[in-house]
Amino acid sequence: MSDVILDVEGLETLLGGERRLLGAARPPVRAVAGVSLALRRGEILGVVGESGCGKTTLGRTILGIQRESAGTIRLDGRVVSGLPPREARRARHDVQYVHQDAAAALDPWWSVGRSLEEALLINGIGRRAEREARLGRMLAAVGLEPALGRRYPHELSGGQLRRVTLARVLVLAPRIVILDEPTSGLDLSVQATVLRLVRELLGELRLTCLFISHDLSVVRQMCDRVAIMYLGRIVELAATRQLFEAPVHPYTRVLLAAAPRLVAGQDLHAAPILGEPPSPTAVPSGCAFRTRCLHAVDVCATREPALEPAGAGRTVSCHRWREIPAAPVTAD
Amino acid sequence: MLVLRKFARDTSGMVGLVIVLTAVVVAVLAPRLAPHPLDAYESHPLRRLQAPSDASPFGTDNLGRDVLSRVILGTRAALSIALLVVAGAMLIGVPLGLVAGYYRGWMPEVIMRVTDVFLAVPQLILALALAQLLGPSLRNAMLALTLTYWPFFTRIVFAETRRIRVSVFVEALEGLNAGAGRVMFAHILPNAAPPIIVRATIGMGFTILSAAVLGFLGMGATPPDPEWGLAIAESRQYLPEAWWFATFPGLAIFLVVFGFNLLGDGLRDVVDPRLRRSR
Repeated sequence: MSDVILDVEGLETLLGGERRLLGAARPPVRAVAGVSLALRRGEILGVVGESGCGKTTLGRTILGIQRESAGTIRLDGRVVSGLPPREARRARHDVQYVHQDAAAALDPWWSVGRSLEEALLINGIGRRAEREARLGRMLAAVGLEPALGRRYPHELSGGQLRRVTLARVLVLAPRIVILDEPTSGLDLSVQATVLRLVRELLGELRLTCLFISHDLSVVRQMCDRVAIMYLGRIVELAATRQLFEAPVHPYTRVLLAAAPRLVAGQDLHAAPILGEPPSPTAVPSGCAFRTRCLHAVDVCATREPALEPAGAGRTVSCHRWREIPAAPVTAD
Repeated sequence: MLVLRKFARDTSGMVGLVIVLTAVVVAVLAPRLAPHPLDAYESHPLRRLQAPSDASPFGTDNLGRDVLSRVILGTRAALSIALLVVAGAMLIGVPLGLVAGYYRGWMPEVIMRVTDVFLAVPQLILALALAQLLGPSLRNAMLALTLTYWPFFTRIVFAETRRIRVSVFVEALEGLNAGAGRVMFAHILPNAAPPIIVRATIGMGFTILSAAVLGFLGMGATPPDPEWGLAIAESRQYLPEAWWFATFPGLAIFLVVFGFNLLGDGLRDVVDPRLRRSR
């Protein structure tokens, strides 16, 4: 179970910084700033962080539609990084991505059925009968009526669209799926059914999944392990239970404590005030989190902490994780 | 089909549609509708320059030909010239705009700077120069108009492609490993269609006018073709006495161009992205 299928090492992605003919060149933003993680076969690895922390860019870079500027990506031990976009996509055929906004991810002029069939056509399934058979099976698997194929994206509900985009990717028989905020924009009851479906499908098809989300409760429910991201870096990675019950990194602690919990009598204002994260164009020196950290000392401003092992299966990137007393995180 | 209902409520757009449809019907049935279909080429020296009468409601011209018949026969010429020119310009302009909008780097720069040079000079002046260079004939006039009209399509398609290029569904397609040709022609082009259709409609009217100007200046249709611009040119020596000779072909040009412009404006209102949202 624990063999690594996808290995990311020191991954860095620069965004923007395009050179223009006239006008000053804007400096690029390091949206992903040296991320290392290993995806184990069959697991669901959650990636959590505030908006703008580089979660989506990380997913897009691993998929290959965003080119990495440094670092290596290995798929089954084979290096698939350092390639121009189209070749990168071909090499990473086993990796597929489901977009956050399902309605926008489908061509509004194409019927859903044609969009689905197109995915197979592009990937060389030339025989019509085979395409229809595979699509039929997949539509049934995601719980959609085959008749739905004649409809257009604007005629479908959010949950149906989510199933369609999921089917479009899964029908290609990938081995790794990157799910970007699979529950965003859905109401709670639909969220629950979509999550149940995702779980079932991932298990049934023996898929490995990178699960990008900012919703802590969803991640806790879905993922085997969780990586916490802050300004393009992974600050803590641990098994889900471990991370939620005994967070080590100061950022993880505040993040968990800031999650609103509806417990009778609990004061909602008790959560520590985090303020806004610094702009990714002006990342603090040393530890990126030090400007908002309660435990920051001098060394945090001068040296960037490395991601180091901190007990069974856990890695943390903090100078002081040993010294900070275990915080009382209210368990729910 | 909210779009259709919205268009039906637009009076001027509907007027334009009626005019254009009438022109098309007249063009298709021209030889049957014209009272003297043979007057396209025959001349009747004994009936020269007769004022409008029951026999020939629009009068006769300097060669005794029925002006009404020649106006009707001219509709076919005007519409087919416009259709061919606009289709040719689209055939050149649309792929160039797609390619320039889709790719990055020096190639789009080259395409768009050439387009800008063409757009910097009034199309009619450029077409005149080109037609003069190629020698006066209807074919050359159409060629000149085509070769000067494509930049209008390139400009629009370029802007639309740049906009659609960054949309999520295009990114999703790239994630699925779709090829550039598929993304450009099967996905971006249909999404860019409404403004292209509007431009083509207005371009039809514009081209009819330009073709008439070329005909008038002797760089388009050649006698004895029943072409409106040419007819006005031929009528100049007989003005103002034979007013009907110039007036009716002129009215025909005005009406058809007016119709295409109204229709184009109506379509533009319908496909305006802010209105399209409500679909």
